[in-house]
Amino acid sequence: MAYGTGAREFYQGELAGLKAQGLFKEERTIHAPQGAEIEVEFPAGDPPRKVINMCANNYLGLSSHPEVVAAAHAGLDHRGYGMSSVRFICGTQDIHRELERRLTDFLGTEDTLLFPSCMDANAGVFEALFSEADVMIADRLVHASIVDGMRLAKAMQDTFKHSDMGHLEEKLAEHQDKRFRVVITDGVFSMDGDIAKLDAIVALAEKYDAMVFVDDSHASGFIGRTGRGTHEHCGVVGRIDVITTTLGKALGGASGGCVSGRRELVEMCRQRARPYLFSNTVAPVIVAGALKVLELISASTARRDTLEQNTAYWRKLLTDAGFDIKPGESPIVPVMLYNAKLAQDVARDLFGEGIYAVGFFFPVVAKGQARIRTQLSAAHERRHLDAAIAAFVKVGRKHGILGLTKNQIIEKFGL
Amino acid sequence: MDELRKTIREYVVREYLEEGDERPVTDSTPLITGGIVDSFSMVSLKRFLERKYGIAIPDAEATPQAFDTVASIADLVTRHVKA
Repeated sequence: MAYGTGAREFYQGELAGLKAQGLFKEERTIHAPQGAEIEVEFPAGDPPRKVINMCANNYLGLSSHPEVVAAAHAGLDHRGYGMSSVRFICGTQDIHRELERRLTDFLGTEDTLLFPSCMDANAGVFEALFSEADVMIADRLVHASIVDGMRLAKAMQDTFKHSDMGHLEEKLAEHQDKRFRVVITDGVFSMDGDIAKLDAIVALAEKYDAMVFVDDSHASGFIGRTGRGTHEHCGVVGRIDVITTTLGKALGGASGGCVSGRRELVEMCRQRARPYLFSNTVAPVIVAGALKVLELISASTARRDTLEQNTAYWRKLLTDAGFDIKPGESPIVPVMLYNAKLAQDVARDLFGEGIYAVGFFFPVVAKGQARIRTQLSAAHERRHLDAAIAAFVKVGRKHGILGLTKNQIIEKFGL
Repeated sequence: MDELRKTIREYVVREYLEEGDERPVTDSTPLITGGIVDSFSMVSLKRFLERKYGIAIPDAEATPQAFDTVASIADLVTRHVKA
């Protein structure tokens, strides 16, 4: 047996180390479809209990929407369960091409290519497009999948301070000797919920002859007046060269992602991006569901409008109650606690009060920046948010954090 | 050596600290384990050192440990300048 005692003990030690550092992740089993209220078994073995979900990426509340489920059923009936192939052998159906066309129209780009996930899109896009002659300049808070994708590419890597346009300009000026420059950013940053200054980024990119890449996973479907994304919010539709995004959050929440943008860049990904070339086609059932999602959100902005109202309501409730939140407009609303143990304790107590929200701390966020990340959904009703704030206030009072400023929290709990 | 450390310290403050971040950076401040520099953004520091001192630091030596303090970075640069 090749998996001997030494190997087993090594991995047991690694896992014990993760537990000792408080970095060991445990899944909570959900006994219900995704929604504003779910039944969660935690700890494992306990009977499932009903809680209000404040931590899903189900921004538009479409993950279990009856019309999406029905469309997925129909897709299953008409196009089958699996394709048993990558796209370019025998895995491209009419509905795959149709979804790519619909995404192109929705995002206001020239062409789109589906990937099994946005993680895969980000893992493949940089290697497919950029070489040693080029430089990739990324915001320091981009998603981990972009970091991984950049590492797979041979192009030079550089970074700029988070949303710091002065620093970005310095970097663009510094790299004028390169063949191509590409500025890389998230549209909405997943941990802070802030929105990239895409208008300023595009202006700098045009000044310094650079392409612009945006991962709009936490924006597609709801940011911008008609939900097209961060580029719509910032008034730069048609001026972003590459957009990657996911079908796994607002757009139905199942799985799948895409690269969308300039025709030649997308075609290069079709020819060269390894996660596209070497993994299975997106399952027909997911494609059928996603087509229905795009139909629903193209026909009406009601769901993103509800989300916007819920977000404003929730931000006001938290602020009025005396919590320290990251300001902004996105439905990602971080409640700042700074201290890692406090974040864990508050998340645990909230769960005890029937609210499911997750604490984040180093290394997921910077040291001394621990928080509870809450996320809104169009599926939330006022009663959910009213119940959630009652629980937050009760737990906040227990820990004596209501009305405290950042410095007062740090003074009381340390970093 | 003092001049080298000072140059590195100044670059770290300029390149990595956000505006308003008043954390002091000394020769022994943990940069990577202290959360000031991460492995993703470390590449610009490596490139700065290589350009400024006309050296090539192999990737195998550009480890998070070697880049964790101004002092250890200065040691690494000194070894390559001498080599």
